[in-house]
This record gives sequence, C-alpha cells and structure tokens, in this order.
Amino acid sequence: MTGRRSGRGPAFARNRNPMTWLLRHAQVMLASLGRLSRSPLGTTMTAAVLGIAIALPAGLYTLVNHVQALSGAWDGSVSISLFLRPDIRDDEAERLAQRLHTLPGVGELRLITPAQALDEFRRLSGFGEALDILDENPLPAVLLVNPTPAYSSPDKAEQLLLELRARPEVELAQLDLQWVRRLHAITLAIERAVWVLAALLSLAVLLIVGNTIRLEIQNRRPEIEITKLVGATNAFIRRPFLYDGLWYGLLGGLIAWLLVSISLWLLQGPIAQLSGLYDSVYRLEGPSFTSLLAMLGGGGLLGLTGAWIAVGRHLSEIEPS
Amino acid sequence: MIQFDNVSKRYPGGHEGLAGTSFRLDSGEMAFLTGHSGAGKSTLLKLIGLLERATRGQVWVNERNLNRLKDRDIPYHRREVGMIFQDHRLLADRTVFDNIALPLVASGVGHQEISRKVRAALDKVGLLKKEKLYPLMLSGGEQQRVGIARAVVTRPPVILADEPTGNLDPELSREIMELFMQFNDVGVTLLIATHDVDLINTLDKRILTLRQGRMANDTGVAA
Repeated sequence: MTGRRSGRGPAFARNRNPMTWLLRHAQVMLASLGRLSRSPLGTTMTAAVLGIAIALPAGLYTLVNHVQALSGAWDGSVSISLFLRPDIRDDEAERLAQRLHTLPGVGELRLITPAQALDEFRRLSGFGEALDILDENPLPAVLLVNPTPAYSSPDKAEQLLLELRARPEVELAQLDLQWVRRLHAITLAIERAVWVLAALLSLAVLLIVGNTIRLEIQNRRPEIEITKLVGATNAFIRRPFLYDGLWYGLLGGLIAWLLVSISLWLLQGPIAQLSGLYDSVYRLEGPSFTSLLAMLGGGGLLGLTGAWIAVGRHLSEIEPS
Repeated sequence: MIQFDNVSKRYPGGHEGLAGTSFRLDSGEMAFLTGHSGAGKSTLLKLIGLLERATRGQVWVNERNLNRLKDRDIPYHRREVGMIFQDHRLLADRTVFDNIALPLVASGVGHQEISRKVRAALDKVGLLKKEKLYPLMLSGGEQQRVGIARAVVTRPPVILADEPTGNLDPELSREIMELFMQFNDVGVTLLIATHDVDLINTLDKRILTLRQGRMANDTGVAA
C-alpha cells in the first residue's frame, strides 16, 4: 500500500470540464435571480436604496458635465468694459472709439456716454430721485469692446485688456471673463465634491450589499452546513451569494439610471427657460446609453465586491458539526 | 477501509472525546459502534467525516491519512463518506428529490445523471412515489430513508450513521438496519453508531464498544 506510506493516498477525482462549469454558473445565476424574485418587496427595497446611492453622484456628475459644457460655450461671448476718465468729453470719447476700432482684435465697439448711462441707471436702479440731488453726472463714459473671435480666448482677451488699459483716456478696464472663470472654478470644485461623494456612496453600496448578503448567509446557515456536509466546496457555496450581490448591484444600477433620467426630464423645462433668458438654445441632454452601461457596470461591480467581502468574512465561520 | 491508530480528541476546555482509540475496519466490513452517551461514538464518526480533526494519533480512511489532508480537500473526502444522522439533517424547503440530489449537484454531476441516480436511490429506500413531497410531510422513518438515500446517492465506499434509528420504533429500526445490510452486501463499508444493543445483538455483525473514549470491547469480524 504505497498510499499508506506516503500518506497522500489516491488523488481525488475533480470535475474540471469547462462546459460543466459554465453550465453550473448559468444555473446558479438564474437560480439566484429566481430566489430574489420570490421576495420582490425585500429585493426591490434593497435595490432601491442602492439605486439612490448610485443615482446621487451619477446625477450630480451629469449636471456638472452640462455646466462645464455651458461655460465652455460662453467663453466666446467675452466683452471688455473701458471706463473713461471723467474729464473726457463725448466727442473725445467718440474719436477714441474710432481709433480703437482700427486696432487688431477689436471687434464690435459701443460707446455709452455719461448721459446715456445716467438715463439707464435712472430707469433700472430705482434711485432716480437720489440722483436729482447731485449737481453733476457722476458717471463716466463707457466703451464696450467685443474682441474678434481670434482674440476671444482668455489669454488673448487678457492681452487686449492690458493694451487697452494702457491708454491714457482709460481710467479702468474690466474684462467680463471673470465670471466665466469663476463658474469654471466652481464647477471644478463641485466636480471634486462629486467624486468624494461618489467614493462615500460607493462605500455605502458595499456596506448595504455586504450586510444584505451577511443576513442571507445567516438565514441559510443550516443549508450551508448540510451542503458542506455532503461534500460541497467553498466555491460552490460562495457562488449563489456572489450572484445575489451581482443582481442587487445591477438592479441598483438600473434604478439609478431611471432616477437620473426622470430627474433630467423634470429639469428639462426650467433649464430651457433659463437658457432662453441667456439668448441660448441650450438643451439638457437625456442620459445616454453609455451612462446606462456605466451605471449597470458600476452597480454590478460594487454589488459583487460587497458580496465577496461578506462571503469571505462570514462563510468560513460556518462549519458543520 | 477505516483505521484509527491511538487516536485522541481533546476539546478546548479539556473535555476528552477520545483517549487513545485504535481499531481497524476493513474495506467492505460492517460494524456497530456502541457505548453510553458521551463515550465518544459521535466524536469518532466526526473524525472520519473530517467534521473535526484528531488532536493525537492517526486516522486513515480510503487509503488516506486524514491528518495530512488539506482543508481544501475536505469536500472531496466527504464525497467518499456518506453520513447519516439521527435528526436526518434534511432541508425542509426542498423536495425529497432535491434533498437527495444535493450531493450530486454539489459535485457537479450533469442533469440527466442526477435524475437517474436520485431515482435509483429512492427506489432502493422504497420512496419512489414520494419524490415531490417535502420532508415534513413524511413520517420519521421515511425522513430517515431520505437521509439514507442522500448518503448513498453518490455511491460512496464508506457510510457512517450516527444513531440512525434513535427516534424509530423497533420494527422501523429493524427495516433501516436491513437496508444497511443490503448496502454492505454490495461491498460498502459501514460504521453505525447506536445504543440499541438489543437490536444489533440479533444481527450477527461486528460490535465495537467505546467506554470513556477508549475501545473497551471488540467482538471481532463477523462475531
């Protein structure tokens, strides 16, 4: 008996047929789906919590993307305001405007005389009576310069601004690019916040799936013990729980996509109104097929990972006795 | 083949399940294991099924030294050792058929082969018409037969039973024992723990008696 002396004995017969293996996976996958569908309320509630957790960062990310696209589009409508010294008379301002018009980079140009400015201020500000006590018009003449398209990029516009500011007639020159830049900076900050939020909520998804699977393992403890008793490998016992996690994640991803779609659809009207106010025909794009794939993929991966963690932690504790 | 060489099992806390037990059961042999409760009958069976490992000594089953068997090989070892319990250990939410199919499913047997083997096992224990019922719809004796069918469905060379007739009346107990003897007739090695001394004394099989974790008496082969 060589087996006795070596102590290893005859090798165990192991089933390594890939087709059998694939078939078994398919069976377990469907069985897992069937089990989840037999408790529709519990499954839906878990999947809905996952869906909300995934929808929050996904929805915010979509919005941030839109705002970035929007601020990019507005980079083109830059204008420079030149506030002239108060002692510059209207005809002098007129001549300056004509001279500036010939400069490279200067596109459209509009002069607002102190009288026009005062008139506009009186109309729009509601301080009309207060202005009456002033002896003279305190407002300067303003030249509004729109750079040509070639000078519309932030750098070029900045360069033009410096050039115009150097003019002796100009007291103050302002580039209205500032708010575009601020918007840009704000969206960057929000984008970073969205990533932090996404990381936290991904962790939440892991914990939710992990906890759901942990409870499921506890509920099925007798079954696990008996299955181990009749010779099931750990992989065999692990498999249905991993598929449970995968399905939870996929369902969560699908619900997230629906939530984001509905939210965007609800925002469609107000956004159209808002962009109308800015003379823009900006439309909010609905969530794409790619975003559906991304949410399903992300959800599925998170669900699987959460299940894996729970299974790794709790399955080894269960041994038949 | 089952062989124990001076095997001890000490539990955490100091309780000693087995204290230097030795015996050998040849391939194709059938023996009863008896003794008072706490004498170590269950411990001995658990060591064979690798539900527990020995603290000292050597356990050999099917030509393998279980002390050297890696944890990941335990499932494959258990497929060669059919285990039967007093409380049947059936899954209440699965049909008789599915309960018996469990070892085959776990070892990756194909669909059609599962049907064939489960029906053969059901036929052997006389429950062919009950495959669609659930365990709790069956009598105690029938549940035990389902447990037996599950243990033999993979045709393991070794079958262990821990008080298989513990809850059954004498007539049903005798039927169950006769079933075991039929398996033995086709070459299966059986070790059956029981305290039903009256019954086993009439069966003309080897009887091993444990007392406080030691082999106190062995009637020898086919006493």
